[in-house]
Amino acid sequence: MDFLTLIQLLDSTVRLATPLLLACLAGLFSERAGIFDIGLEGKMLAAAFFSAAIAALTGSVWLGLLAGIAASMSLSLLHGLASITFRGNQLISGVAINFLAAGLTVLIAQDWFQQGGRTPSLMGGGRFEPITLPFAEALAQVPLLGPIYSELISGHSILVYIAFATVPLTWWVLYRTRFGLRLRAVGENPAAVDTAGVSVVALRYAAVLICGVLCGIAGAYLSTALQAGFVKDMSAGRGFIALAALIFAKWRPWYALYATLLFGLFGALETRPDVIEAVIGIRVQGQLLGALPYIMTVIILAGFVGKAIPPRAGGTPYVKER
Amino acid sequence: MDVVPKWAEVILVPLISLILAALLSALVILAIGEDPIAAVNLMITGALGSTYGWGYTLYYATNFLFTGLAVSVAFHAGLFNIGGEGQAMLGGLGVALACLLIPWPHWTIALLAATVMAGLFGAAWAAIPAFLQAKRGSHIVITTIMFNFIAAAVLNYVLVNLMRPAGSMDPATARFPEAVHLPTLHDILGLVGIEFSRAAPANVTFLIAILACVLVWLLMWRTWLGYEIRSYGKSEPAARYAGISPVAITMIAMLISGALAGMMAINNVMGEAERLVLNAVEGAGFIGIAVALMGRSHPFGVFLAAILFGFLYQGGAELALWTSIPRELIVVIQALVILFTGALDNMVRMPLERIFLMLRRRRDA
Repeated sequence: MDFLTLIQLLDSTVRLATPLLLACLAGLFSERAGIFDIGLEGKMLAAAFFSAAIAALTGSVWLGLLAGIAASMSLSLLHGLASITFRGNQLISGVAINFLAAGLTVLIAQDWFQQGGRTPSLMGGGRFEPITLPFAEALAQVPLLGPIYSELISGHSILVYIAFATVPLTWWVLYRTRFGLRLRAVGENPAAVDTAGVSVVALRYAAVLICGVLCGIAGAYLSTALQAGFVKDMSAGRGFIALAALIFAKWRPWYALYATLLFGLFGALETRPDVIEAVIGIRVQGQLLGALPYIMTVIILAGFVGKAIPPRAGGTPYVKER
Repeated sequence: MDVVPKWAEVILVPLISLILAALLSALVILAIGEDPIAAVNLMITGALGSTYGWGYTLYYATNFLFTGLAVSVAFHAGLFNIGGEGQAMLGGLGVALACLLIPWPHWTIALLAATVMAGLFGAAWAAIPAFLQAKRGSHIVITTIMFNFIAAAVLNYVLVNLMRPAGSMDPATARFPEAVHLPTLHDILGLVGIEFSRAAPANVTFLIAILACVLVWLLMWRTWLGYEIRSYGKSEPAARYAGISPVAITMIAMLISGALAGMMAINNVMGEAERLVLNAVEGAGFIGIAVALMGRSHPFGVFLAAILFGFLYQGGAELALWTSIPRELIVVIQALVILFTGALDNMVRMPLERIFLMLRRRRDA
């Protein structure tokens, strides 16, 4: 395998890891606050549709992004209503949200555009275009570092850079702010937080809404940057891979980055079986690569390779007094 | 003592949830510029107005009966088996192997063997998540979700690389031999002189599904094992104190659940398609969740809920055929049913509790 192929491979790794990373960090906020969220998939899908639809109707991708975030946040509110206010089962609520998004997006797409559940193809201002970073052209000729800078680091859409910047931001919010400390506490021991006079409900709603914003960006990236328009079920299980990555990362932001990059690499390799064969000399089935994130997560969950322990209060609604 | 009386718990709460889901669905239909009443009429004539419609309704209902029972058995043990989809896929593989590898002389023996294989494969696919939950404490919801995706990959690999007949481009197995063809309701009802549509796929599996309902009821409410499963689901510490082994109950409940989900394959793979295709399950594993929630995990409730969802599926297909409402409307209805009967259960129950409390106070006073 030559150097350029490697760069191309890593480049598509970054592209494929971006939505996983955003969704994974979204889940991180929610689950660290004690709200399990298996509705990441649905929120991404809803955001993907509304971003593409509004971008197609108005011609502005930024309005599309806002619409996507709004759609995702309203599903988050629904999840909050069910799991925080009415103390319902968070897993069942997540399942319902996934189906709601899968059904409604196609229904509305058919009503608005009559194209069999898709939006028109986006062009021009309707998409997030790749950004060429300064000096990328000039430095392209520099050996080794030149291609890395101009091909791998430069030339992505703004959402990719936002996603990567969210990692340190998440770390800072969680571990260096008062809000983050409380957020983590509410996922471990909500009663203690409540005793300290801090509202458990407000903290959990805040976490769920942040989750909505990040899922919204992830969905918008799918339909306005990675592809040009919405097609039915375009999230294609990415929300669940993000969930797998979250467990793999043991609910920590930097590890979430590594996990999603790894799973992104699997995705990139799936389309390039020739590369794997050249490197390790064995033909690996595409299906195996596709299933690898799930298999690895099960192994991690089983605790054979470093046990993943979820936030202690995760999944249980908080009842103030009995 | 519970505030809400039993009859209200069993009938009123699901009914109100269902009405809420129906009202919201009607709003969705209005919002996309169609007439909800006309839509309901079309669904009723399409799904229940002819033996053809009934044939499809019952065919879908058979799938949902198996997956609904699967989810409810796990619910009784306090486990949420979201992996019915994957278990049904593997069950399909079991059926395909049984039907293709052995030349069966008659469909009755083939059906027996296929049922056993489907159950075994489904149970095997549930066994690993069950073991990990019981022994290693890994969350069963997450592992069963992961196993759905792994099942899809396994099936894809098997169909593309191993079981695809030479020269065929389709990722599907060869057609099953004529001898394993299951009698449809047309054949069965024809024996007693009732005319039933020849084209509809409902088959003898429907009767097996009803039998499964009865057996699950017997198991849950008339045997020691069922009692242990239910007490474990109600309170793990109490069950442990009573000498019930959490590991054994988790394993057994999940194996039964997986076997039931897998057995769905005798309906869709052996009874209808008569070969194994990639998306044979078509989401029936997930509909099992809605069916179990609506049926309150009781076999009779599951039976009613499965028929309702069978009606919705066939009615939805008719809607998509004759109006501009896409089939995905059913997915929305399904989501709303899961939301109201599952996650927003307290939203319905809390006001009801208040009403019953008020009534009781007035009576006591």
